[in-house]
Amino acid sequence: MTSLPQNPSKVKLGLVIDLDICVGCHACAVNCKEWNTSGTMAPLTDMDPYGAQPDGVWFNRVHTYEAVDEAAGTSRTVHFPRSCLHCDDAPCVTVCPTGASYKREDDGIVLINTDICIGCKLCSWACPYGAREYDEDEGVMKKCTLCIDKIYNENLPVESRVPACVSTCPTGARSFGDLGDPQSDVSKLVAARGGYALMPEQGTAPVNRYLPPRPKKLGERHAPRMLEHHDDSADGAGLLARWVDKVLSA
Amino acid sequence: MHPAKSVIYFTVATGAGYGLMGWLAVFGVLGLVPADHAFGIAAFGLAFFLIVSGLLSSTGHLGRPERAWRALSQWRSSWLSREGVLAILSFGPTGLYALAWVLLGQNSGLVGIIGLVGAGLCMMTVFATSMIYASLKTIPGWSNRWVSIGYLVMSLMSGSVLMLVLQSTFTVGASGLIIKIAIFFLALGGIIKLLYWHSLSTLPARSTATTATGLGGLGANGQVRMVESPHSEDNFLLKEMGYKIARKHAHALKRLALVLGFIIPMALVATLAVLAPEYSLPVSLLAMVFVALGLATERWLFFAEAKHVVTLYYGETEI
Amino acid sequence: MDANPFATLKEDVDLSPEVADEVKCTTCYMCACRCGIRVHLKDGKIRYIEGNPDHPVNQGVLCAKGSAGIMQQYSPAKLKKPLLRTGERGSGEFREIEWDEALVLATNWLGEVRECDPGKLAFFTGRDQSQSFTGWWATQYGTHNFAAHGGFCSVNMAAGGLYTLGGAFWEFGEPDWDLTKYFMLFGVAEDHDSNPIKIGLGKLKTRGEAKFVAVNPSRNGYNAIADEWVGVRPGTDGLFIFAIIHELLRAEKIDFASLARYSNAPWLVIDEPGQPDHGLFLRDAKGNPLVWDLVRKKAINANLADITPAFAGARTVKKRNVIPSFELLAKRYLDDEFSPDAVAEITGIPATTIRRIAAELAHVAFEEEVVIEREWTDAWGRKHDKMIGRPVSFHAMRGISAHSNGFHTCRALHILQVLLGSVDVPGGWRYKAPFPKPVPPGVRPAGPAKKPGDTLTGPPLGFIKSPDDLIVDENGAPQRIDKAFSWEHPLSLHGMMHMVLHNAANADPYKVDVLFMYMANMAWNSSMNVQGTLDYFTAKDESGAYKIPKIIYSDAFWSETVPYCDLILPDTTYLERWDCISMLDRPISSAHGAGDAIRQPVLTPEGDVRPFADVLLDLGHRLGLQGMSKKDGNPQYPGGYVDYMVNHERVAGSGIGPLAGWRGKDGGEQGRGEPNPDQIVRYIENDCFWTQDLAPEQLYFKPVNQSYLNHAVMMGWIGHADPVIFQLYNEDLQKFRLAAQGHGQRQPPHQHRDRIETYFDPLPIWYMPFEEAEVDCKQYPLHALSQRPMHMYHSWGSQNAWLRQITSSNKLHIHVDTAGALGIKDGDWVWIESRHGRVKGAVKLITGVNPQTVWTWNAIGKRKGAWNLSEAAPEANKGFLLNHIISEVLAPGKNGQRYSNSDPVTGQAAWFDLRVKISKCAPAEAGATEPVFERFPQSPGATPAPGVSRYGASLKGAPTGKKANTRGWVGNRHENSLGITGLADGKGNTIKGGET
Ligand SMILES: Nc1nc2c(c(=O)[nH]1)N[C@H]1C(S)=C(S)[C@@H](COP(=O)(O)OP(=O)(O)OC[C@H]3O[C@@H](n4cnc5c(=O)[nH]c(N)nc54)[C@H](O)[C@@H]3O)O[C@H]1N2
Ligand SMILES: Nc1nc2c(c(=O)[nH]1)N[C@H]1C(S)=C(S)[C@@H](COP(=O)(O)OP(=O)(O)OC[C@H]3O[C@@H](n4cnc5c(=O)[nH]c(N)nc54)[C@H](O)[C@@H]3O)O[C@H]1N2
Ligand code: SF4
Ligand code: SF4
Ligand code: SF4
Ligand code: SF4
Ligand code: SF4
Ligand SMILES: [Mo]
Repeated sequence: MTSLPQNPSKVKLGLVIDLDICVGCHACAVNCKEWNTSGTMAPLTDMDPYGAQPDGVWFNRVHTYEAVDEAAGTSRTVHFPRSCLHCDDAPCVTVCPTGASYKREDDGIVLINTDICIGCKLCSWACPYGAREYDEDEGVMKKCTLCIDKIYNENLPVESRVPACVSTCPTGARSFGDLGDPQSDVSKLVAARGGYALMPEQGTAPVNRYLPPRPKKLGERHAPRMLEHHDDSADGAGLLARWVDKVLSA
Repeated sequence: MHPAKSVIYFTVATGAGYGLMGWLAVFGVLGLVPADHAFGIAAFGLAFFLIVSGLLSSTGHLGRPERAWRALSQWRSSWLSREGVLAILSFGPTGLYALAWVLLGQNSGLVGIIGLVGAGLCMMTVFATSMIYASLKTIPGWSNRWVSIGYLVMSLMSGSVLMLVLQSTFTVGASGLIIKIAIFFLALGGIIKLLYWHSLSTLPARSTATTATGLGGLGANGQVRMVESPHSEDNFLLKEMGYKIARKHAHALKRLALVLGFIIPMALVATLAVLAPEYSLPVSLLAMVFVALGLATERWLFFAEAKHVVTLYYGETEI
Repeated sequence: MDANPFATLKEDVDLSPEVADEVKCTTCYMCACRCGIRVHLKDGKIRYIEGNPDHPVNQGVLCAKGSAGIMQQYSPAKLKKPLLRTGERGSGEFREIEWDEALVLATNWLGEVRECDPGKLAFFTGRDQSQSFTGWWATQYGTHNFAAHGGFCSVNMAAGGLYTLGGAFWEFGEPDWDLTKYFMLFGVAEDHDSNPIKIGLGKLKTRGEAKFVAVNPSRNGYNAIADEWVGVRPGTDGLFIFAIIHELLRAEKIDFASLARYSNAPWLVIDEPGQPDHGLFLRDAKGNPLVWDLVRKKAINANLADITPAFAGARTVKKRNVIPSFELLAKRYLDDEFSPDAVAEITGIPATTIRRIAAELAHVAFEEEVVIEREWTDAWGRKHDKMIGRPVSFHAMRGISAHSNGFHTCRALHILQVLLGSVDVPGGWRYKAPFPKPVPPGVRPAGPAKKPGDTLTGPPLGFIKSPDDLIVDENGAPQRIDKAFSWEHPLSLHGMMHMVLHNAANADPYKVDVLFMYMANMAWNSSMNVQGTLDYFTAKDESGAYKIPKIIYSDAFWSETVPYCDLILPDTTYLERWDCISMLDRPISSAHGAGDAIRQPVLTPEGDVRPFADVLLDLGHRLGLQGMSKKDGNPQYPGGYVDYMVNHERVAGSGIGPLAGWRGKDGGEQGRGEPNPDQIVRYIENDCFWTQDLAPEQLYFKPVNQSYLNHAVMMGWIGHADPVIFQLYNEDLQKFRLAAQGHGQRQPPHQHRDRIETYFDPLPIWYMPFEEAEVDCKQYPLHALSQRPMHMYHSWGSQNAWLRQITSSNKLHIHVDTAGALGIKDGDWVWIESRHGRVKGAVKLITGVNPQTVWTWNAIGKRKGAWNLSEAAPEANKGFLLNHIISEVLAPGKNGQRYSNSDPVTGQAAWFDLRVKISKCAPAEAGATEPVFERFPQSPGATPAPGVSRYGASLKGAPTGKKANTRGWVGNRHENSLGITGLADGKGNTIKGGET
């Protein structure tokens, strides 16, 4: 057998991230850390936490980019959270020499068995998206679990059975669901908003999707025409004169 | 990519060890070297030392070296696993061959077949090592057709120089052939390296910050720049994959690698053909030292120059 | 066994580990936003903190700070025991003492002062969320020298709103996120309403129908997701707003009907220059303002129901020359001086953009009305069959208020809202209870106690309506240590904490004996001129005694300020104490209804620390303060603060106390009612908060909505049900101007006259921010701003192991073109120099910023040793503060007087007036920030900071082997479903039965 599931189920759980409304607040990143530091891959170790080079394990990190069009002289600022995309053709799984890195048959979640990982880091080399996080203290690799110990957890109330980053996102920029089912809510959302995969040329077939920032609204519907001045004198005295006896409040 | 010393040593040393192992079998089978006892001990000792120390050094790169044995299980899919399995498998025939050579004084015939099988496995191990790198699409500098050829040639090349050293030391067998072979492989190695570097510089970008973020559509001439990193200090990704080397330095180092690892050794080896035999040991040793330095530089560059697409998220624009 | 090296080991990951032993609800305090949280506890430690989905503020979401509460709780910088200074101030040398000793000492210090001159206690409470309590304590103690941090925070916003609309932005109002079609956000990076704004923006953008315009010199954060970014030049928003008003007036796109009913626009103003009542409203014998009625053709009471007022025209009424205030307003802003063309250059906003935005506002307001078919009755008893809204909304914060011209700019923005008829209407901006209040609210600040031992006659902070209300002596000199409510800054409603150390050390206006502070990092990021402030802390007189003799401070952490104080009362963390988020302070209300909340201790305090509120009550009792000690000498609230929360009444027998929910003996009453002994239990049962929905007919038009006003009176939010009339033209301001012109009993001392006359204009004006006007702008060509990172709360985030990984040093963001012209490249180190000093930092080149502006993250730079961070921490070596180069005073004026670097009306600290020049530093200087201050030692008894943190390893839950169904979750709210067919509606969407 090879390391990718041979009989994958149709279920492909994943995230959808709306770049049109992400404000770059890092809530998803920190809440993720908070849940997962006692989760399946606990702990999300922090090295030198109060020192010169604090550096810890995070499953989710938020960047900010400027998309610049120099020719047009325009630019946009876009916040961009980055975590594991639970690729269908996950190279991080196939390169793993130990089988520690695996993709679940049931739902496509890519996980690491930290009990057998040897910390060769090869999977981190194989992942184009920087989604693998090496725990220097334990000498093993860790990564986004899609909150597998939360989404199926009977010990949590129903409303908490979603990934930490999703339920916490203040703007609602994050969605979660079965991207393998074209009829699922997330799939409909992706279809409607033109959701895309990152670096498709890498051939990893990511499950997660990003929703592009929408075109900016300038004018159009909001002001079909400029305002018409009813008086063009320098001090607007004509208007004032006009208002003296006029019932304006009718 | 971060050029880790342990990995540089691992690839250079095992490469040379496996190359030497290969030449021993070929020379043995063809009867070009006798199954000399002392020579055998030295040659196999050296080969095994390089291989074993290389492999051990590679586990130095592991976070959990005590679990290294687990790396054998995924040979169906993982080149690293295959490398491990092949390395272990190769110990069988090469060990037997060494024993036959040293204890029984035999190195051809039926024993030779075992030797050749071992040599084959050695080359397959080198190939597997090369494929660990060559299979990574994320690092265009590695997923390159010259990488595997390069690893194999460099292995045979360094092995041939070692063979030369050994032959000079023990003055066994016909050194003329190994000189020609070494010169041939040194030249071939240099050419392949040049071709590799050329292909790197002409490689079209496979991924860009635009494809990495999907934000190209926001402008006709979309260009994506990172303006805020997720963290102020470097994290694992940047330490491991964000290694950067200035173009200027890379050029200098390439020249250095070429001169040290290929041109000087070639010249030295060539002089052996005309020099008196008493010079052959010091000269071949010198050639070996240069090859080692050259290959270490070449290997360092192999890592340092390799760009990982993940850096596109951290400010690189195309890779 | 897994010994076969060739076998693939299959992990059977546990899908349903145990999570917590217990889940407790409380209220977050990683910032002032007051979100509801569920704290999952395991083995007495925090396993997980999540947003409470039922909570009205955050509706289940949690920001980065809130999510990092764990690391705050286990911070190595936590104080452990009361401390008494042993070395010099600033040395950080302390002795740990017992609480008994600390309290006796504090009682002695405070008692002595109270016996001689209680005003010599300056009690300033920083980031306090319970000013109704701390202010009450000051009142009982008898010191008028009390305030919290509002003066350096955003008092312009508060004053601008309360003196115009009887409500303000901050978190006291919100856009109608569900219905608005055009939303303009001015100068906001994060705000106090952090999560509600994010939730709101998410809704608004997902709905897709509305346009979101961000006016901000910088395009990060919220501004990045705006449909249009207007990169205004700092300090010029007033002109931009005037130009919009100009356009609307010129096009007569004004909601005159609404102005006639709900504003003072038609009120008649006496127009007789030189007369003592010039510029005041003409009133009838009963004090009612008058309007000229065009139908009746005479002046009538403006408060009558059916008026048809004139909006222009000079007339003579009761022999006085009068004109409608609207004419004054229109005349001012119709002038070409405020045309888009005239302001384009100075604001940096192209005239066409201003015209287009004005046109868009007018279009949406007047052509795209939102109509809710719902009857309501106005304060005059007129029935309206529907609620008609002009769906344009605005929100603003410190970007416009933290300038020295901010008060007028804030007013200008509110006036724009009123002209468009978009205040508290469907789709507009809406008040949150207890607002609206009368303009301004009725509380006046109390002056000094009559004699030692007396309580104050009222709360120390309040609203000034005329010079008579100022806290000044017979010579017009300030009576408060911060000079609030004086002629220097008459409407400084929140006090001026930023001037306390400066004034106290300079004995200007007088010395204080004890400075008592709580939760304010005054020795660092909340002060202007840090070096100077440190000098004030340590200044000594000739006898070698500290000029500020005694400083008591309550902090929970080893902040930069702790080492500068004498007696440290270590507080608990927010997870270890009772707190009250009261309707009397900054409640959790929304536009849909009122709400308040509590914090309950979910963890036992670590170390020998005590909640500050308990300590205050204890001190109050020890001092024998009225209301805190019974006649028999026993404490009034033996149960501590939680006892106070339940049993205290504002006025004995009023039935109004800190908490509004479940009042009355049986808990059946809301707002008013006898104290209920079970109240806290009821709060805890209800996840630690109380809310009350307004009736549908009360939801809009609150200032004039009869049903709402009656309800508000019943709840005790306002004293009477009179309508709240928007004061576009502000008569109270005119009273100050008249005084400056020599009218009335109380007139400003000579040196302040020009200033009062200039800045107390009853209609908004624009003037160049003071620093810009004072410096040579060629020499200091750039504006320098700070912004709040969404994941950090001022100084206290840096001790947090998680948050500091995100930002442990800050850079100066500068436009690529600006940098290019200066030869500066990305990553270069530069000197940032103001007229006051210079600071060094690295730059980041960007394009999303006004080219004349540079900015950096606020409060990331730290002092070495503070917060128990290592000496090499980037915060102290690369991070920098702009505070070092902001002066707390302006250049000396003609009269030699150096006014505070603040708004002349409200005393708001003008943080964002800063002007700088940037230059590349010498190569040898690169890589390290300057100035660097002497390093502090670690706090006494500090637990050493770990080199590795493995938090959570031991909290991993035991497997249960179960598996529940998972569920899809789309976008956290229902807006997605609006535009996408077949998408499930509702928060959290559907539970997918059967899907595994
Ligand atoms: N350059 C520049 N400076 C600014 C601003 C700016 O925009 N630019 N903004 C200004 C504004 S608006 C404000 S509000 C101030 C904020 O500045 P500060 O009011 O100083 O706020 P913090 O830095 O949050 O620090 C408050 C103190 O409270 C302590 N603390 C935290 N939790 C607790 C607790 O539970 N109990 C007690 N007793 N203490 C606690 C912290 O340790 C810290 O010492 O900064 C101002 N300074
Ligand atoms: N995460 C987090 N949240 C906080 C705080 C925190 O420290 N961290 N602090 C809390 C406190 S005390 C406060 S007072 C609030 C403040 O909340 P905000 O007012 O949102 O805070 P600032 O960061 O001061 O943001 C000011 C914004 O105004 C812009 N600006 C500056 N000058 C001008 C101008 O002239 N015109 C315009 N249009 N914009 C301008 C700046 O670019 C910046 O974006 O936040 C509160 N919430
Ligand atoms: S929590 Fe949401 S808005 Fe904040 S950074 Fe993450 S995705 Fe963006
Ligand atoms: S994102 Fe990276 S770690 Fe995640 S599945 Fe894809 S390749 Fe593997
Ligand atoms: S680091 Fe661990 S998970 Fe990654 S490839 Fe190596 S063994 Fe597999
Ligand atoms: S799905 Fe869970 S583990 Fe993955 S990024 Fe989100 S919170 Fe982190
Ligand atoms: S906004 Fe964040 S830090 Fe502030 S109260 Fe809410 S969750 Fe806590
Ligand atoms: Mo503030």
